[in-house]
Order: sequence, then C-alpha cells, then structure tokens
Amino acid sequence: MRIDYHAILPELILSGTILLVLVADSFARPRRKWVAMPLSFLGILAALIAVVTLIGSHRTTFNGMFVVDNFALLFKVFFLSVALLVLLVSLRYFNDGRWYQGEYYFLLLTSFLGCILMPSSRDLLMLFISLELVSAPGFLIVAFRKSDPRSNEAGIKFFLFGVLSSAVMLYGMSLIYGVTGQTNLTEIGQSLSRTLPQGQETVVLAAILFIVAGFAFKVSAFPFQFWAPDTYEGAPVPVAAFLATASKAAGFAGLLQLMFVAFAATAEFWTPIFAALSVFTMTVGNLVALQQRQIVRLLAYSSIAQAGYMLLPFALVSGDQAVNRAAFAAATTYILIYAVMTLGAFAVVIAMTRESPSLLISDFAGLVRRAPVLGIGMIVFMVSLGGVPPTGGFWAKFFVFTAAISRGGLGPWLAVIMVLNSVISLYYYLRVAREVVFVEPRVERPPASPALVTGVAALATFAILAIGIYPELLAHFPPLSTLAGP
Amino acid sequence: MNSGWEDWAISIATFLPLVGAFVIAFTPRERDRLVRSLGVLFTGAALVVGIVIAIGFDYGAGRGLQFEVNTQWIPVIGARYHVGIDGISLPLYVLTLALSFLCAIYSCRFVPSPGRTKSFLALQLLLETGMAGTFIAFDLILFFVFWELVLVPVYFLIGIWGSANREYAAIKFFLYTLFGSVFMLLAFLGMYFRSSVNGAHTFDIVQLQQFASSGGFGKTFQLVAFLGVFLGFAIKVPMWPFHTWLPDAHTEAPTVGSVLLAGVLLKMGTYGFIRIALPILPDAAREWAPWIGGLAAIAIVYAALACLAQRDLKRLIAFSSVGHMGFVMLAIATLTPIGINAAIFGMVAHGVITGMLFFCVGSIYDRYHTREIAELGGGLMQKLPHLGGVFAFVAIASLGLPGLAGFWGEVMALLSSYQPAQALNTGLFRAFMVAGGVGTILTAGYFLWMLQRVNMGTLPERWREAALPDVVTVEWVSWMPLLLAIVALGVFPRLILGVTDGAVSGLMKLFGG
Repeated sequence: MRIDYHAILPELILSGTILLVLVADSFARPRRKWVAMPLSFLGILAALIAVVTLIGSHRTTFNGMFVVDNFALLFKVFFLSVALLVLLVSLRYFNDGRWYQGEYYFLLLTSFLGCILMPSSRDLLMLFISLELVSAPGFLIVAFRKSDPRSNEAGIKFFLFGVLSSAVMLYGMSLIYGVTGQTNLTEIGQSLSRTLPQGQETVVLAAILFIVAGFAFKVSAFPFQFWAPDTYEGAPVPVAAFLATASKAAGFAGLLQLMFVAFAATAEFWTPIFAALSVFTMTVGNLVALQQRQIVRLLAYSSIAQAGYMLLPFALVSGDQAVNRAAFAAATTYILIYAVMTLGAFAVVIAMTRESPSLLISDFAGLVRRAPVLGIGMIVFMVSLGGVPPTGGFWAKFFVFTAAISRGGLGPWLAVIMVLNSVISLYYYLRVAREVVFVEPRVERPPASPALVTGVAALATFAILAIGIYPELLAHFPPLSTLAGP
Repeated sequence: MNSGWEDWAISIATFLPLVGAFVIAFTPRERDRLVRSLGVLFTGAALVVGIVIAIGFDYGAGRGLQFEVNTQWIPVIGARYHVGIDGISLPLYVLTLALSFLCAIYSCRFVPSPGRTKSFLALQLLLETGMAGTFIAFDLILFFVFWELVLVPVYFLIGIWGSANREYAAIKFFLYTLFGSVFMLLAFLGMYFRSSVNGAHTFDIVQLQQFASSGGFGKTFQLVAFLGVFLGFAIKVPMWPFHTWLPDAHTEAPTVGSVLLAGVLLKMGTYGFIRIALPILPDAAREWAPWIGGLAAIAIVYAALACLAQRDLKRLIAFSSVGHMGFVMLAIATLTPIGINAAIFGMVAHGVITGMLFFCVGSIYDRYHTREIAELGGGLMQKLPHLGGVFAFVAIASLGLPGLAGFWGEVMALLSSYQPAQALNTGLFRAFMVAGGVGTILTAGYFLWMLQRVNMGTLPERWREAALPDVVTVEWVSWMPLLLAIVALGVFPRLILGVTDGAVSGLMKLFGG
C-alpha cells in the first residue's frame, strides 16, 4: 500500500511539532518553559501552509480511510486557525509559574491533531481514533489545575462521561461492521441503501443510536450535556474555550460525515430523533442559562443551546437532494460562525480572569468604559449569539431557517421553535451586554488584559461584523463544502 | 434611466448618518462640542440630500420607483440591494431625516444624565440609518436587516439615558419587538420559497407584488404568511393588544428617544402593512381586514380611556400614540385608496405632532424635574407662557382640530371607513367608524383635561419663586420647523396627498381592491 504523504503532510507536521514541544519542554529551563507556545504556533503555521498547498486537490490514502477534499480542507483550515487563536490566549494565562506549560501545549496540540484528522476520516475506525485523540488529552487539560477541587471534578466528570460514550459508540460501530461487513463510510452507505433482512435492520437502527449517543456527548446535546457546565467552569478558561469551539466542531464534523454519507439511506428513522434532540437541547440550554450568574457557566449553557441549533439541519435530511445540500451548508456555516463568536466571548472572559478569578457576570460591570475594545466586542458577541442583524450570528441562523422552510413538513415547525428559543436566549445575552454597558464600573482602571487576548477579541469582533454586513464572504464555502462531502 | 447622482442619492442620504456614527466614535471624548456639531452636521447633510431628492422627485409620475438602484448584494441567498423611492416612501423618508436632524440640534443643548455625548449621538445616527433604510428598501432581506438594525440603538438609548425604570422598559421593547420580527422573517422566507418569477425564487418586493397580484400565492399560504407578517408589524405599530411595550418604552426613554420612537419607529409598522402585507398577500388581507379594523377601533377607544386615567404626563402622550395609530390602522384596514392616503397622511401628521409633544414634555421635565400632572399643578401658561402656548397648540393639533395637521388623517380615516372596499362588510366598518368617532370625542376630552390641569389653574406655591427659563433658542430652532409643518399640513394637505396619491392608486390597482 502506497501512502500519499502529501495528503497527510499537515498531520505529519503537527505530529512533529508535538514531539518537538515535548522534547523542548524537557530541556527548557523553568523560566523558559513558555517557549513551547511559539514553537507550537510556528508548527501550526507550517501545518496551515501545508493545508493551503492541498487546496483544490482530492486525495485518498490508507485504502480510502483518509480522504482530503474540500470539506476536509475547510475544516482543517478552520481548526488550525482556531488553534492559533487558542494558543494566543493561552500564553499569559499559563505562564504564571504554577503550571506544567510544556505538557499543556503538548496535550492541546495532540487534541488539535485529532481535530484535523476528523474531517478526513471516512472510516469508522478512523473516526473513532480521531474522536479519542480529541477527547483523551482533553480529559487531562481540563483537570490541569491540580490543586483546585473544581478542576479535578471537571476532569473526572468529563472523563467518565467521555469513556462511557466512547464505549457505547464503539459498540454501535462494531454492530454496523457486523451487519455490513464494512468500515468505510461510503461503502456502508451503499450497503445500507439495499434492503436488509428484518432482524438486521433493527440492529442497524440500534447501532445508529449508539453511535449518535457517542457524538451527542461530544457536542453536548441533550441528554448527554450534563458534563458541560461543570467541566467548562472547572477547567482553565482557555481550555473551556477550546472545548466550546474546536472540540464541539470536531464532533459535528464527524457527525456530518456519518449522517450525510454513511447513514443517509436510513434518514427516515433518525431525522425525527434528531429533531427531538435539537429541540430539547436548545430549549434546555436556553432555559437553564437564564438562571446563570457566572459567565463561564452561562457560556457553557449557551454552547449547549447553540449545539441544538446546529443539530436542527440534521433533522431536515430527506430524499430531496437540494434540501440536503442546503441543510449541510447551513450546518457547516453555523459551526464556523458559532466558533468565532464563542471564541471571541471567551477571549473577553480570559482578559478578565486575572482581575476577578470568580468570573461572575457582575465582574464585567462597565467594561465598555474601562476597556472599550473588550466591551464593544462582548456586546457584539452577545448580540451575534442571539442572532440579531447585522452580525454574523444572524446569517448563521438565517441559513438554518432557509433550509428548514424549504424542507416543508416538519421544517417550519422546527424553525418556529428555534425562533422562539432565539428570543428567549437574547434575554440572558442582553443581561451580559447590559452589565457591560449600563452598570457603573466598580473599578475605573482598565483590566490587566494581555495584549494578545485583546487582539484576539478585536479580530473576532471584526470578523463577526464583516460577515454580518457582507455574508457573501462565506458564500464560497458552503457550495465548496458540499461539492465533495456527501 | 438614472443620471449619475440619482444612483447614489438615496444610498448617501441613508448611510451618511452611519458614517457619522463612526466618525463620532473615533472623536476624542473630551471634544464634546465637536461631537455635538458633528451630529448636527451629518444629520443636516443627510437631510439636505433628502430635500434634494424631494425636489428632484417627479411628482407626476404616479406609480413606479424613482432613484432606483438594483444591484447584487448576497447572491448565495438571492438577496439584492434594491432601493428606490416612490410617493408612499417619500414623505416618511423626509420625515425621518428631518426629525433626526431636529433631535441632533436639540441634543446640542440637552444630553440627559449620565452624559456620554459621544455614545448618545453615535447611537442616534445609527438609529437614523436603520429607520431611513426601512422606507427605501425593496428587497425583503434588506428590509429586514434595516428593520432589526433599530433594535440595538433604541435598547441602549432607553437603557442608559432613560429614567427610573429604564432597564425594564428597554429589555421589554427589545424582546417584544424581536419576537414579532422573527416570525416576520419566517413569513418572508415562506414568500421567497413560494414565489416563482422567471423560474426562480425572489425576495424582491416589486416582483413579489406583481407575482401576488397575478394570483401567484395560494389562499391558505397567504393566510399563514399573513399571520407571521402581522405579528411583526402589529407589534411595531403597536396594535392593541400588542401595545404594552409602548407606554413603558416611550415614558422611560430620553426626550430624543421618545421623539424618534413615536415620530418614526411606529411608522415602520404601518408602512410595512402598506408596502408588504397588503400587496403581497391580498387575499389574506381581505380576510383579515375586518379583524384588523376591529382591533384598530378597540385601540382608539381603549387608548383614549387609558389616557384619561394617566397621572404621568409622558405616559399620557405615549398612550395617545396608540390611539392615533389606531386611526391609521383603521384607514389601512378599509383597503381603499382614500384609506391608504389617510393612513400615510396620518403617519406624517402624527410624527410631526407627537414628536413635538414629546419635545414639549421633555422640556417641561427638564425644568420641573417631574412628570406627574398632580405635581406640576397647573399654571404653566402663567409661569412659562411660550412653553405653555406651544404645548397647548400642539395638544390641540393632536386632538384633531380642523386647520391643523391632525384633522385630515382622522377625518379621512373615518371617511374611508364609511365606504370600505367592495369585499368588506360595510356595516361592520361603519360600526368601527362610530367607535372612531367616539374615540375622537374622548381624545379631545383627555387632551383638554390635561391642558386644564397643566396649563391653566393656579400655579402651586413651590413653583412660584423657582427660576425656570422659558423656551430657549435651541428649542425654538428645533421646534419651529415642526410647528410650521403642523400648520402647513393642516391648511394645505395636498403637500402630502399630492405626493402619495399617484403611488397609492398604483398600489391599489395591484391590489385589485
């Protein structure tokens, strides 16, 4: 078997960087441990360049387990960019002498390696490997604050939920293999489009449920979302940012490939289930978020609700290929815009951690006067997460509405529920915006925010407003991503 | 087609305030006077362009858009940047630009606590772009973006610079209005997918109007879609019983906020009915018209009764807006050319009059620091004769005295209600007309009673020695155009009706009613 090295070049570069970071950390002096971050940064840049060289090509290697096409490249660029931003906001946070910095970057990069493997994984085994590669380092970096009981609790919860879901998912995958004799997604899709004997069909449907359960954990969908608030709150804030954006997006990338390629034939069975998942997830997320007084928990529940919105396009899959393409595009676009908004919001939160470690919403009082860039950024992110024009978040929701309405049948009802949820969500998003603008600041001087963090927040604000005013910027992606996807 | 500058005119006038907002945002905080001057400059420039548009407008053209621009915007969803202006949009557009300009002048002197002039003016300018844009947008998505654009500035204007209960009022306004708008968006999407113009779907309002008038939309779909747009527009108008956000928002808002809210924002809802709901969903409009008329009649009477019960002067004026918009909606519900003309006239007249009323109340509050009628006590005419005189003048205009602007909208609304469109139940609408008449009497009642309690009577002890200045120059400058307009529109209604009639007949031809 010949291996196409160009196809796996980004992964190879990233793996090399990971090892380099580990070695550099062993030999670096205690005060110089932060050098792991620039090393990681350069490695990711190199991987990004490698991805750019692959644009336009369609490659397959490892017997069809690993595919590089537009869908995969889009997500790889996305994940690597998010990695750069997460690295930027992590630098100062972890450089205060108490952390195992090198290990943190090592684990973070390993997780990102799993992230960039995921959209190329067109095989059940590869999907499992990618998913585990994303999750396993996550268990560790969540519990990074060893002396903090909440961090430990977060790690244990994440770990136990994680391995349980992985086990269930693996069992489901084995059942699919048993029935179809295939692990390749396309071939499973073809195999399942033929009618199966009665007993086998039940097994397949049960297996799909098990697999969905595994991914539902990863994207924090109801009823597998219980780990999210505690884990986000206990983890170091850059890690929470990573979980909310990259980790969730990786889960969705895998889910997109599974449902739209491998299981498309059995859509009639699982679309109502996804509809229920979507509705419950968004509703539970929004209703509980109304109660939150701590910003990271609020963002955690917000992420849960947003995952509900992202699950809605899955419920629209049917025999109509045009609708399927629209739904696929809507889901992909939403994931991308959501990640930018949430990363920006977390950047503002990270900027405040030094000053008020408790991170209550009231700690953000008057932020727009103390630090205008951070304050205005937070307002833009909150308004965008709620889906008000002219922000990117509005267009993300718009594409989902469009797909839902064009579907007919269940679609418009789901759109109505999502619309109601958006209104409810704005109540708590505006509560944050209100705190930032209306309330008098308790301290006059600006917060001690690292320049890199403020820069990331500013960049995200600009991106959200740019997409909001000129959504055509993203227009090239949805058609591209569907070209080779399903 | 268009000469060079005609392509740019509307876009310049609409987006100039937005540019101004950015310029102000980057001006240093300490240069307070510069900021205020910039506010006046940008709104003034936009108004000048608006007036030039009004001068260059072809009043004899009847139907059809002028100054039209139709270019690509977001090809991936099929939304285009289609703007234009016709006889229906023009008065409202100029009203928006003019009121914003006057508010900027007023803000030169009066910026309520907690100050922060930069943000105050920047938000006003952002609001102006949103409001002006809705009246000239002819693509559903473009319309929606402008529609939603006003939410955030008003939320902040009320929430920061408002009075005691401001935060509650701000969030209530935001969520209530947003709730209606999102259903409106779903209805827009439904219209898009059901339309078929040259084989493709379209968001274009002009094309959708033509598609609908040729019977393109099925009746059942129209009924459902109308519910969606109705929710969005009715909450904005606001129609009874969706009006509960208005008293809080208008009362708690700062003076210029109330002026712009009452003067322009409410018109966005009624304009939406005229431009979108009626032409694109004609069968549903005929089905729902009796209900809309009924709700409008209830609104007229209910608002008048509520006004009689108010103790807070500003809240009383706010409720009067609900009543006036009731007349506008009744006129629209008759589905006749007289009705639509009456509605637009009523909108402009209400914008001018109630905007002026809120200016007066704002100035009263600025001097007395109270809005409670009981505390004001009376004798305003004695203490501040100019202010009292202006206040009386505007209140009487608002109750519909013939010869002033308020009369024509009301009387034409009642007239159109006497003879509604063919498809509607004449008896029912005449009953609405009677209710409207009763409402007129009650309106006169509460306004005159208010004037009696505030303007007349003896001045209470506590105010006798107070050093309260009468109307100052800034106020005269910002009020004079409105006061003149009230007289001009009352004496010469052709100023508006001459502009709107052509476009309205064109619209009603499409409607086939």
